Amino acid sequence: MSTSRPGGSDPVVELRDGAVAIAGRPVLRHLDLTVHAGEFVTLLGPNGSGKSTLVRALVGLRPLTQGSLRLFGTSFESFRDWHRLGFVPQRSSAASGVPASVTEVVASGRLTRRRILRPAGRADRAAVASALELVGLADRAGDSVATLSGGQQQRVLIARALAGEPDLFFLDEPTAGVDLPNQQALAEALGALSRAGSTVVLVTHELGPLEPLVDRTIVLRDGRVVYDGAPLHLDDAHGHHHPSPRRADHHPGVVAPLDRPGEEVAW
Amino acid sequence: MVIDLLGHPFMQRALIAAFVTGLAAPVIGTYLVQRRLALLGDGLGHVAVTGVAIGLLTGFAPTWTAVVVAVLGAVAIEVIRERGSTSGDLALALLFYGGLAGGVMITGLAGQSAARLNQYLFGSITSISLSDIWFTIGLAALILLVGVGLLPQLFSVAQDQDFARVAGLDVRAYNLLVAVLAAVTVTIAMRTVGLLLVSALMIVPVAASQQLARSFRATVVGAVLVGAGAAVGGLLLSAYVSVRHDVSVAPGPTIVLLALACFVATWPLGAWLRHRARLREPFPEGAVAPLEATDHDNHDHGPACGHLAVPHDDHVDYVHDGHRHARHGEHYDEH
Repeated sequence: MSTSRPGGSDPVVELRDGAVAIAGRPVLRHLDLTVHAGEFVTLLGPNGSGKSTLVRALVGLRPLTQGSLRLFGTSFESFRDWHRLGFVPQRSSAASGVPASVTEVVASGRLTRRRILRPAGRADRAAVASALELVGLADRAGDSVATLSGGQQQRVLIARALAGEPDLFFLDEPTAGVDLPNQQALAEALGALSRAGSTVVLVTHELGPLEPLVDRTIVLRDGRVVYDGAPLHLDDAHGHHHPSPRRADHHPGVVAPLDRPGEEVAW
Repeated sequence: MVIDLLGHPFMQRALIAAFVTGLAAPVIGTYLVQRRLALLGDGLGHVAVTGVAIGLLTGFAPTWTAVVVAVLGAVAIEVIRERGSTSGDLALALLFYGGLAGGVMITGLAGQSAARLNQYLFGSITSISLSDIWFTIGLAALILLVGVGLLPQLFSVAQDQDFARVAGLDVRAYNLLVAVLAAVTVTIAMRTVGLLLVSALMIVPVAASQQLARSFRATVVGAVLVGAGAAVGGLLLSAYVSVRHDVSVAPGPTIVLLALACFVATWPLGAWLRHRARLREPFPEGAVAPLEATDHDNHDHGPACGHLAVPHDDHVDYVHDGHRHARHGEHYDEH
């Protein structure tokens, strides 16, 4: 089912019969997924279809209730090569309760390769600088992240994942709420990674400028894979994963009192 | 007169205690503020009241029983938070009340007067003994060593737990470590400012420092300077006022008020700097349509026009009346 690139046939992610439940409620069911080295995969699907949960399960943030996961051929339980993983969580902001400079946030991505209680070496600083260069924020290195726009903060989070120089990236909705110029900067950074041979798994609502990069599209619906293959135009994907206008069972049926009864609300 | 006072051993001990406490407390406080747990120190302070009372009841040194009980309280808060069954601030509230009520009740059972407990509630830095000094210095050194040595790890965990976990860090262990260090800080600051004001010495210097800092490291350094400065300055100030005017001004509240004064002094400066930074922020390219010069003008902008001038690449923008623009031929480009 997978369309791997020539020369990149080692499976880097292998999920067999995976299932995830959140508070006892099944979110992913009987999911098989294999990603090969060098692939650029997008996960599409409506809200509540389990895209984010799948990515969180693949990086170990959500335990599998069933099935097995292997990363780079190692079962997840004995996986320790954290520096090979780059993760960009779904976050609207890179800021926290205390000011932090762009460099400091990006440098925390370098911890996968640093020994405890050792100061950052020359290689660490060079990796941070080149990650910032790649996302186009080198001139903001000393600024507090809180002063950056939402799109720039999203790029900081991507630079943080880049700083560890991983070869497998998981990105959870990096383009959500990001304006077009920032999406373009992001697409350029991801394109450079992909050309360098990295594997990218991307959850997104809208591909935008990322579209030409995609090798393979997986569409989820209600926690199951309903499409896995060549890239779709997003319109096709939309038609595909909305075969009927009925609401998915994860959505509470909230309808405003003024909605006329009998009229189906488009979600 | 204060110079005379400095000759007394009790005053020298007090100064050392105040200095090292002021140095150590803001380091842990920065991690608490970063995780938006500014009130955790307060909760632990209240729990430590019970620890002190248990010491008074059993005859063990109250400092040690306070450390043990505060550490247990810190672990309890972390476990409750992690389980997620009770929200963090509710868990803190339960500890607040339980700790204080338990402490007052056990002190009564021990047959001790409220005045004895007051020493710990509001601090009694001038009655600190030589062995207490060594205890304080040892714990403060431990806090500084761990808080600064593990800064990259603790920063990452507090910044983004999900990311830290995927980076292979043991998030639970680091969270527990911060909670335990906060408990230790509470007990060393107990003698300086008292359990009821303990958290102030951890949090207020951070609040003052982050007004002006742009990075985490700068915040820590600034907070340590404010903390140590306020602790030593507050102690000297209270001694001076007490001697000069023959009143008894407690050092603990003076230290806290001095730290707050630092915040009051830095806040307007920080607000002004942030305002200025926002004005200078470039708008996204092409976001605002150019304005025809004819629509605009009653004067040409220049160095003398009085509007805020912002250098922007190869030209200078002028900020006024909702515009920020530069003349470009016959029109103004909004930036």
